[in-house]
Amino acid sequence: MTFAPDIADDELARLHGHLVARAAADDLLDVAYRTLDSPVGTLLLARTPAGLVRVAYGVQDHEAVLTALAQQVSPRVLEAPAQLDDVARELDEYFAGRRTTFDLPLDLQLLRGFRRDVVLHLPDIAYGRTASYAQMAQLAGSPRAVRAVGTACALNPLPVVLPCHRVVRSDGTPGQYAGGAAAKLTLLDLEARVGVAA
Amino acid sequence: MVKEPFERVVVQHGATVLRVCRAVVGPVDADDAWSETFLAALRAYPDLPPDANVEAWLVTIAHRKAIDVVRRAARHAVPVAEVPDRVITPQGRDLDLWAAIAALPTKQRQVVAYHHLGGLPYDDVAALVGGTAAAARRAGSDGVATLRRTYPVIDQEES
Repeated sequence: MTFAPDIADDELARLHGHLVARAAADDLLDVAYRTLDSPVGTLLLARTPAGLVRVAYGVQDHEAVLTALAQQVSPRVLEAPAQLDDVARELDEYFAGRRTTFDLPLDLQLLRGFRRDVVLHLPDIAYGRTASYAQMAQLAGSPRAVRAVGTACALNPLPVVLPCHRVVRSDGTPGQYAGGAAAKLTLLDLEARVGVAA
Repeated sequence: MVKEPFERVVVQHGATVLRVCRAVVGPVDADDAWSETFLAALRAYPDLPPDANVEAWLVTIAHRKAIDVVRRAARHAVPVAEVPDRVITPQGRDLDLWAAIAALPTKQRQVVAYHHLGGLPYDDVAALVGGTAAAARRAGSDGVATLRRTYPVIDQEES
């Protein structure tokens, strides 16, 4: 015989909150995450004690992204929205057109080699401007690695914050994007509108 | 087999561990036991083999933490003229069940908590509470027989 008397969801939520607070105090909160509603869908935001480590679109499958973080960073992963208040605030400001650059500590541990070089040069493209994949290849120091730039952008662990959406095809069409073509257009439109108004 | 994010461990097993804690230490100290259990589990989680039975592992930790909580409570227990208010929020419907479980002899209560509420096999329960698996099984069925008398609703909750 087994039986399972009811446990209320709000009691578990309260206990979860205590656990997160104690985990943070004991340096056991290796990866904290939350979701954020935005004009480009629900974003997953994850941070380590060092800084923001991952931003993911819904189409990238948040559960799969969390599983990958558990393998690549640490399995000590907890939903801890308050730990990401600063990130959520800056992203809200960005989507509202009130912020053009991010001022957040970043954890770049998911980036290595050429992909890291490319992604770190993304903020060189100013808000409201675009660069071609070929120009990015040049910026990253490997002018012929145009295709690799495309891969680096597609695998950017910090989309929106590190603006891979500003990298477009040489003919000016947006090209592909980790969050889907529509999300890329939304971000480029937002920046064009705000950039003109400024 | 991949290691799940710890959040999923909490979501999947949080309620079970809370039932076990309530049965073993009672509703008042159960929150402490739950928190200590999951904090210890979070600490040790990276070293847990990926194919381990996570729920059995958690129930085992809960057993140890329950003992700690009871010991600590006994150490700090001082006679008071008035019992201070404490926030106790188990559901009304199940209050009688926790009271009925609390009234069981210790070993029966532990077996009911670890096996019937926590899903731990009798072999593992025996390793925690001492004695043989057969003795644990007997203590469990005695405990359940008593609960059937003192808390008849239990049969309707059987799953």
